[in-house]
Amino acid sequence: MSESLLGQSVRRKEDYRFLTGSGTYTDDVTVPGQLYAFFLRSPHAHARIRAIDTAAAKAAPGVVAVYVGTDLQGKVNGLPCGWLITGIDGQPMKEPVHPPLAQGKVRHVGDQVAMIVAESLNQAKDASELIEVDYEVLPACVDPAQARAPGAPLVHDDVPDNTCYVWGLGDKAATDAAFAQAAHVTTLEYINNRLIPNAIEPRAAVAQYHRGDDSYTLHVTSQNPHVERLLMTAFVLGLPEHKVRVIAPDVGGGFGSKIFLYAEETVLTWAAGQIKRPIKWTAERSESFLADAHGRDHVTKAELALDKHGKFLALRVHTTAGLGAYLSTFASSVPTILYATLLAGQYTTPNIYCEVTSVFTHTAPVDAYRGAGRPEATYVVERIVETAAREMKIDPAEIRRRNFITQFPYQTPVALCYDIGNYEGTLSEAMRVADVPGFEVRRKEAEARGKLRGLGYSAYIEACGLAPSNIAGALGARAGLYEAGEVRVHPTGKVTVFTGSHSHGQGHETTFAQVVAQRLGMSVEDIDVVHGDTGRIAFGMGTYGSRSIAVGGAAIVRALDKVVAKGKKIAAHLLEAAEGDIEFENGEFTVAGTDKKVPFAQVALTAYVPHNYPLDKLEPGLNEMAFYDPTNFTFPAGCHICEVEIDRATGETRIVNFTAVDDFGKIINPMIVEGQVHGGLTQGIGQALLEACVYDKESGQLITGSMMDYALPRADDVPNFKVSTQETPCTHNPLGVKGCGEAGAIGAPAAVINAITAALWPLGVRDIPMPATPQTVWRALQTAPKARSGRA
Amino acid sequence: MEVTGEQLIPASQQTTWDALNDLEVLKACIPGCETIVPCADNEFDVVLTAKVGPVSAKFKGKLTLLDLNPPNAYTLSFEGQGGVAGFAKGGAQVQLSPEGEATRLNYAAKANVGGKLAQIGSRLIDGTARKLADQFFTAFKKHVSDSAA
Repeated sequence: MSESLLGQSVRRKEDYRFLTGSGTYTDDVTVPGQLYAFFLRSPHAHARIRAIDTAAAKAAPGVVAVYVGTDLQGKVNGLPCGWLITGIDGQPMKEPVHPPLAQGKVRHVGDQVAMIVAESLNQAKDASELIEVDYEVLPACVDPAQARAPGAPLVHDDVPDNTCYVWGLGDKAATDAAFAQAAHVTTLEYINNRLIPNAIEPRAAVAQYHRGDDSYTLHVTSQNPHVERLLMTAFVLGLPEHKVRVIAPDVGGGFGSKIFLYAEETVLTWAAGQIKRPIKWTAERSESFLADAHGRDHVTKAELALDKHGKFLALRVHTTAGLGAYLSTFASSVPTILYATLLAGQYTTPNIYCEVTSVFTHTAPVDAYRGAGRPEATYVVERIVETAAREMKIDPAEIRRRNFITQFPYQTPVALCYDIGNYEGTLSEAMRVADVPGFEVRRKEAEARGKLRGLGYSAYIEACGLAPSNIAGALGARAGLYEAGEVRVHPTGKVTVFTGSHSHGQGHETTFAQVVAQRLGMSVEDIDVVHGDTGRIAFGMGTYGSRSIAVGGAAIVRALDKVVAKGKKIAAHLLEAAEGDIEFENGEFTVAGTDKKVPFAQVALTAYVPHNYPLDKLEPGLNEMAFYDPTNFTFPAGCHICEVEIDRATGETRIVNFTAVDDFGKIINPMIVEGQVHGGLTQGIGQALLEACVYDKESGQLITGSMMDYALPRADDVPNFKVSTQETPCTHNPLGVKGCGEAGAIGAPAAVINAITAALWPLGVRDIPMPATPQTVWRALQTAPKARSGRA
Repeated sequence: MEVTGEQLIPASQQTTWDALNDLEVLKACIPGCETIVPCADNEFDVVLTAKVGPVSAKFKGKLTLLDLNPPNAYTLSFEGQGGVAGFAKGGAQVQLSPEGEATRLNYAAKANVGGKLAQIGSRLIDGTARKLADQFFTAFKKHVSDSAA
């Protein structure tokens, strides 16, 4: 057999068009007669709208229409939430109305107040200046920790205490009882800093209405066009689903922020039908800061109970999660289902209880952002494990080893069942690559230069491959989480693959082509992968939660199974053999034990030109479709080791080494995986060192509203990563894959902060909040209990 | 943050006080002021153009004179909408006291912004408040000096 294409770093097929500027992004789509939309947004965090005067704007040059919230009443419903969380009181979560244009009140800076549609963008913008909104400014609450305080301003009048739900997972009584037996208890308080996603391509949409057949086409920056269409048609606009085609063409990054059904494209689609002309909207970067769904925003207290040998007895976690002003599409599931279920980490902690209070604040909605819940969980677990080790004077690697799960499958006390993993394998390999034994020498050398050097671990786990529909449904998901794949063999034997996953940087056009090429014995050039178009792809749930290869890839494999099965029937006819004797390998159907064979392309041609064909038993054609619903999550895991140097004089932290050893199961394209890890690590390091979304506590204004004030990591903020993989193949999907898209962002923050606190521990510093900016670290150095005058 | 400052006005306290309540003087001295029209007692409809960092906007709003304590002190308060740029609120507490033939004018000014102005100009707002206050009171001093001359 020829060398397998699986595991080869095939160069990305899509890169030619991206590198030559030939991609087609939503803003590149321009249709005849196109109008432009501009959204007038609230400058206030919380205000009653007493009146809106749009008369002057409507009369302005080029203006075709101006819509405000009241224009949509009774015609456009609120935006739905896709996951129902039931609280510990047995009550469903509060779901306040999420109007696409503000009705009566604005609830965060950037809330959409009006949409102006004009012949040109500048005319729309000019007209927006003429809209007079009479606001009665009200007090605002932007801090989740303050949202339930007595007298806190209510975001929604019908949601008391701003509380969406109080939810719990795990056995509270057993956990409390275990704490009573503890030899040592480590307590940590955390703020998981709120982040603003920054895809290079801002959100955009072009909505068209076609008079001829009363249908719509929406081009939109979406990670899941079918879900977008389903939610928009069935829940918000009441349009027939089959009359709306949603196309998510090339998309320049998503990181979760393009999963959701947003107000802008919804109003745009509705308005295109009203005006009967196409409308384009492209977000400005400033709008992205204000109105894209943000990430994280947790305030947590955790306690870890240990016996005298450092074995974990119990973990108790209380988290308050900010949801922002409205429930975004999957917001409710992120700090619950995707968070608390991961609190076992890689460890055998027998008792875990987690309680999550999700609150509304006068801020942009918060939803899934790369990792979504799992970075927060990893941060809780890996910070407290490392801190417990230091408190008990046990080596941080050793305390992990004493607690690792080693028997699989392993049922955690927080609902998940890990199918496979090798945590000792990734830890010891990471320690080898990071040269942990040589650290003390490096630390002393750094000390001589006046630098504090620290080394920190993060042994993370994630639940990916979202998701088994029955489990997700039992947990409140309002949709299935399977994926669809179709393999269309053309008469010449070339192949087009249709996938419900969406690629916006992940390289599916190459990875999926490798899977198909390997199975059919073809070249990747003979296979095209089509994604992101409800008009061409039967169905799909899209891309998030590192699910594309594990679920979308598996669906393609199932479709390939059907293609090969049918091909065998055709080959059996052509070769005059029994179907059971036909084997398929390297692109040829053979009769076992003979030299009789027929190439795949000839079988394909026979299927479409069925002159010599068993038409009485078999349909012509070779086009197969499959839906794949996973039986379990996948559990990528690994170990990150970060080594930092801190300048005592300035508090500046430099990452001098970063090692990531990840277990993603089987790997199709190592180059693409490495790129995914690099990107994830960079975002994780961004959270740890640089990024923080800050709203002014008094006024509710977003004061990190541009790249001037919101620090994204740049190339010189990250080191040359040492990245490698180990492999325990996933036991329950046909490719043995686990997913790799989020691991870097999940593991890195804890590794970085563990390294910084390791460096500062001898000075008596126990914790450093994220982001560990030079100012934050410098302050800690100034106030450190055992601050010594070191060489600056 | 509050921006404080002072000016020595070469005029009597009463003359200075009168000037502080003179619509034409205010119009001439408020930076970027285009129109100022009385709409109620000590309330004026104002249109002015101001620049915060990279954002320039025309504000329509109200100027209000509060806490009047003639001829010793008042508070000048402005609140205006700048359309897409957001809104601005600002004010200055002004105190007068005699100093020989002249009048010592002390002020404490502050400004708040919202919307796009805050989004990209928050860091710059204190500097802007200082600059606007300086411009106003410098112009005011010049105006009163020129009238007295």
